[in-house]
Amino acid sequence: MLAAKTTSMDEVNPVEPDTWDVERIRRDFPVLHQTVNGKPLVYLDNAASSQVPQVVIERGSMYLEQEHSNIHRGVHYLSQKATTAYEGARETVKRFINAREAKECVFVRGTTEGINLVMHGYGRKFIERDDEIIISAMEHHANIVPWQMLCEEKGARLRVIPMNDAGELLLDDYHGLFNERTKFVALSHISNALGTINPVKEMIEHAHKYGVPVLIDGAQSAPHIPLDVQDLDCDFFAFSGHKMFAPTGSGVIYGKASLFEKMNPFQGGGDMIRSVTFEKTTFADLPNKFEAGTPAIASQIGLGAAIDYLNEIGREQAARHEHELLRYATEQLAAIEGVRIIGTAKEKASVLSFVIDEIHPHDIGTILDQEGIAVRAGHHCAQPVMQRFNIPATARASFAFYNTKEEVDVLAATIRKVIEIFS
Amino acid sequence: MAIANCQLAIGQPTEAATWARENSIGESTKSAFGIWQSAILLMSELSELYQQVILDHNKKPRNFRRLESANHSAEGFNPLCGDHLTVYLNLEDDSVKEVSFEGSGCAISKAAASMMTQAVKGKTKQSAEALFTDFHRMVTGEDYAPDAAERLGNLKIFEGVREFPVRVKCATLPWHTMHAALNNEELVSTE
Repeated sequence: MLAAKTTSMDEVNPVEPDTWDVERIRRDFPVLHQTVNGKPLVYLDNAASSQVPQVVIERGSMYLEQEHSNIHRGVHYLSQKATTAYEGARETVKRFINAREAKECVFVRGTTEGINLVMHGYGRKFIERDDEIIISAMEHHANIVPWQMLCEEKGARLRVIPMNDAGELLLDDYHGLFNERTKFVALSHISNALGTINPVKEMIEHAHKYGVPVLIDGAQSAPHIPLDVQDLDCDFFAFSGHKMFAPTGSGVIYGKASLFEKMNPFQGGGDMIRSVTFEKTTFADLPNKFEAGTPAIASQIGLGAAIDYLNEIGREQAARHEHELLRYATEQLAAIEGVRIIGTAKEKASVLSFVIDEIHPHDIGTILDQEGIAVRAGHHCAQPVMQRFNIPATARASFAFYNTKEEVDVLAATIRKVIEIFS
Repeated sequence: MAIANCQLAIGQPTEAATWARENSIGESTKSAFGIWQSAILLMSELSELYQQVILDHNKKPRNFRRLESANHSAEGFNPLCGDHLTVYLNLEDDSVKEVSFEGSGCAISKAAASMMTQAVKGKTKQSAEALFTDFHRMVTGEDYAPDAAERLGNLKIFEGVREFPVRVKCATLPWHTMHAALNNEELVSTE
């Protein structure tokens, strides 16, 4: 059993047929209805950034047209409207991840900023010389570089959980990394480059036996699987709005209140203070302590609207459709001679990384683009993953619930074309 | 001396293996039918980009080796896509006596590197630099002097790259790296 129960895609009832009305769903996304290079857009770059439904666009527009003002500051009507909408989005986020309290949900620009907030607020305060921080071999640069910077500053050490050829973390090795110097664990929930769903619940439980807090990078899991931070018992959980159908500039770092309270602030400025004199500043309570300056109000309200939208269409059915797309696409691509799929973990989310013998992913990406297909070609901000598999880069198709099997067929046919061109 | 560093960077088994595989492809086996089929499949801009000459240099890069006699070298990176190559030069009396390259990258960057080595071999430092300027202007879509077309010769096949802005850096990376090697800069990055 590799994945914790709460995070398994197979939990999403694998036997039930895919009855998803994808055409109806597609009508909710204006951007999908366009041609690229004369071909209908086939958008398969959802792991990089997902598209925004009309209701979220309208919610953002409504804010800008009718409610815009600065939050937490004014006694006037509009400021109160804006504050209510912004704090309403925080309540929505709280329910979405099942946090105990809304103040545990701090708004940030995205996953990267969330991880950096914890590195600065927790890491710089509590990590000392010769301490060890555990990360995994499949982390995104956003969950490597901040910890590396911290290690450099403090004289601490980064320890890396290895993975097997399928792209699954080696749990025995993980257990073996713990010692009295272990002070922090930072793990991705789902790998953006491989699609692996990590058994984070079990891994968190193990870290807690040593009293070590765990941060989960949820950038890829928040859009695709049900979340329950209390059940996972993670200490921090970071995710981005723009990967879950909300505008860029929205995101959340969840933290247990007990930890957030003893941490240093991240940035200093307005809105994060209780009182300021030239001698001393006292900081505001959570969550304001971590939200210096005017935030991306419209974007965060949009994130709230995106969560409402996900709840409305049914997250489980959406996940089931994505899982079926992944299964179908894996079957279609694996059948093409010369195509090798990178990341074959038993528990996978809708990310399909692949390479083709003798053809560089950038060339694949350019030719697919000529057929209107958007995929990511490159190292996916996960260069150590590429090194692990001895490849410079991969092409990656990543699916959302608005993608169709017909789009997978177009992808497969165009990949055959790519091979023909280079034959 | 840059070469010591380069050895470390390019000596990785991964890239060596990739290139060894690519070089042992053997002779081109493309049939007349295959070429015709490809031509039908390729849309006009795409066929401008992936011309047969480029595909051929991608498959069988010329001067693809480490140059033992090199007295100048530089590494080039494109961090965006991971393209990575080393250009070796043997510069004598201000002219390029020998030139070679090693590394990994997409078809455009490999073909550009391969044809760059052919183009600058035997040239003076000054005319190699001038050719770089001509090439750069051509792929970025800037106007270039009427006599540049003649100087560029078969490098003109890279003109189609200008229709693909994100791929321009693939074509210019080998040239930037050659320029860096000529000027004793050890590392160049196109981002």
